[in-house]
Amino acid sequence: MLERLRTISQDPRHFQILTLGSLLCFLFFFYDFAPAIEIIPFVVGTCLLTQYVFTKVFKLSHFDFRSPFITSLSLCLLFKASVFLLYPIAALLAIGSKFVIRYEGKHIFNPANFGIVALLFLAPDMVWISPGQWGSALWLALALAAFATLVLLTARRGDMTIFFLLSWVFFVFGRALWLGDPLSIPLLSMQSGALLIFAFFMISDPKSTPDHIVGRALFTFVTAGIAYTLQYHFQIREGLFYALFFMSMTMPLIDSFFKSQRYQWRQA
Amino acid sequence: MKEIILTLTALMVFMPMQAKAFCGFYVAKADADLFNEASKVVMSREEDRTVMTMANDFQGDVKDFAIVIPVPTVIKKSQVNVADNKLIDHLDSYTAPRLVEYYDDNPCHQRVYMEAMRSGAAPMTSMDSEAFKEAKKLGVTIEESYTVGEYDILILSAKESDGLLKWLNNESYKLPKGAEPILKSYIKQDMKFFVAKVNVKEFESSGFTYLRPLQVAYESEKFMLPIRLGTLNAKGPQDLILMTLTKKGRVEPVNYRTTKIPTGNDIPLFVANEFGDFYKAMFATQVEKEKMKTVFLEYAWDMAWCDPCAADPLQPEELRELGVWWLDEGTGMMLPGRRAMPPQAVNAYVTRMHVRYDAKTFPEDLVLQVTEDRQNFQGRYVMRHPWNEEADCEEATAYYQDLTKRFEKEAKTLANLTGWDISDIRKKMEENGQSFDMKPHKDERPWWEQMWDNG
Repeated sequence: MLERLRTISQDPRHFQILTLGSLLCFLFFFYDFAPAIEIIPFVVGTCLLTQYVFTKVFKLSHFDFRSPFITSLSLCLLFKASVFLLYPIAALLAIGSKFVIRYEGKHIFNPANFGIVALLFLAPDMVWISPGQWGSALWLALALAAFATLVLLTARRGDMTIFFLLSWVFFVFGRALWLGDPLSIPLLSMQSGALLIFAFFMISDPKSTPDHIVGRALFTFVTAGIAYTLQYHFQIREGLFYALFFMSMTMPLIDSFFKSQRYQWRQA
Repeated sequence: MKEIILTLTALMVFMPMQAKAFCGFYVAKADADLFNEASKVVMSREEDRTVMTMANDFQGDVKDFAIVIPVPTVIKKSQVNVADNKLIDHLDSYTAPRLVEYYDDNPCHQRVYMEAMRSGAAPMTSMDSEAFKEAKKLGVTIEESYTVGEYDILILSAKESDGLLKWLNNESYKLPKGAEPILKSYIKQDMKFFVAKVNVKEFESSGFTYLRPLQVAYESEKFMLPIRLGTLNAKGPQDLILMTLTKKGRVEPVNYRTTKIPTGNDIPLFVANEFGDFYKAMFATQVEKEKMKTVFLEYAWDMAWCDPCAADPLQPEELRELGVWWLDEGTGMMLPGRRAMPPQAVNAYVTRMHVRYDAKTFPEDLVLQVTEDRQNFQGRYVMRHPWNEEADCEEATAYYQDLTKRFEKEAKTLANLTGWDISDIRKKMEENGQSFDMKPHKDERPWWEQMWDNG
């Protein structure tokens, strides 16, 4: 039993599922504008099914439900569409991208991020992200951070989250200092649920991030810079997601400059 | 089951929060003690075009009226318009939280509905060259200067906040304390300043007795509402009612959370007499519950219809005046007088948000986005009138037993929503036809007197 628990706790994805699942429950019970409950089985189902089909097509050794399940939870939390069909489409594209868009045996995009951005391009008039839906309840942020610390402790790419948050602090606090604004303004931005989910569960995806630590630091800093510019100067509310999408395309280049060992999920 | 829905003409009840001012901030021209507590703003937004209409119910001497609003671009004369108060009032009553009443049927007979509803309707002459020179010395550029309707308007850009502050002070715009760092922030963000005061001569010759709403139209990627300056001269937290008109759907802030105002609750009958107080208390309770950190959604609906309607939907020409430039011709706007209608393609979606804010919990301006969400929402409260006439049957006994439980539930709901004392509520209910000891009315006359009604 204890042995089993230990193996479970060694895979950070279990903590991710737990955290994202609790967040989703939290939204349902306490907040208005929670995602429609009926989308969940469709998003989760499509993600798992796509993963299963591609596992068979590419003759992979075994079907692993964890990664597609995390992707589906992220989609449920962040992605909103006015047409129901777009939810399973986003799920399909998200998981599909993992198998189709690859470079040197590594997928390039974080699947949930790919699903969201693909739909923002394909159906701009039917989808949106609500960055303000979590508000800035500090305790929620703290709870999330606490949960995520567990994830960080077990995931080797936790440094991505720290690098990214530090970069974001650099830009938003820098802006406030330059404008002479009270620091409550950048603090408000740091407490955004969408930002924290992005930082803890999207950019830190070890399968779609540079292998070398210097490459990762560079990657996160530039991502934060682009996101900040899109958000504050071009008024693009989905700046974070576009930034990661574009930066992901540079990952092979970064990897070729900074070579290091490839990440593997531990088998639980 | 026959359903009759009667809607009474909207009965105006005082809006809980009396709108007093623009969303900008008043600056007293003299030493008049001015402050703004609430403001009503309509924003139309599609693509990068914004039309902002600001209600003005300034009560003091018009000479003392002055306003400074940060705007994203230089605004030329033809981009400014003076609108009719009725426009905002109409949209306000159309979107206002509403009280609906139903009458219970005779428990012994078939159901007949009657519904009535009450609306909680919320309810410079050109600058001389001296001034230009003086402004230039202080690093202030007067980009535009013109008179529209009863307003003298200046569009300023500035290099330094202290120069701008000094210039405004020299021109006897008295700014509240703490304005300087905020002006500085706006200047660095390349915002311009829309400064207006009343041209008394024009005002007197206009024949109006009140100041009409100012409208500005501009193109900018920035979709936001500046609220920071507004927190400076207000006494305590203030209220803003923001109504938006869009093509796609609901508008929401991206930097603050949106919460729906409680809706659909059954409340005691006496609330009809004090709906304004009820809403005010309920809003205050909700604000407290959310620690004054959220924006409340009061209404979100397609402009083509409403159910129930607190007022007729706005006519195409009214919408156009409020900035709905994309409205299709002949898309079947509903005719006046007709009310609940099935959805039609009108392409105008209205969102009403209500926010109580101060500098502490709302440090940043409202940054907005248009979403594709077209789900309907309205703040709606229900009164159910008990059957109070003759009822002599088995069902009546059960009905009257249930009634006591129902009244008790209504009392608790009201107490929870408003924070009012429950014993006061019960007392008021007793006084207003909701006795906790209601008995079926029985005709005690002999059967022959009942038959011929000659007793």
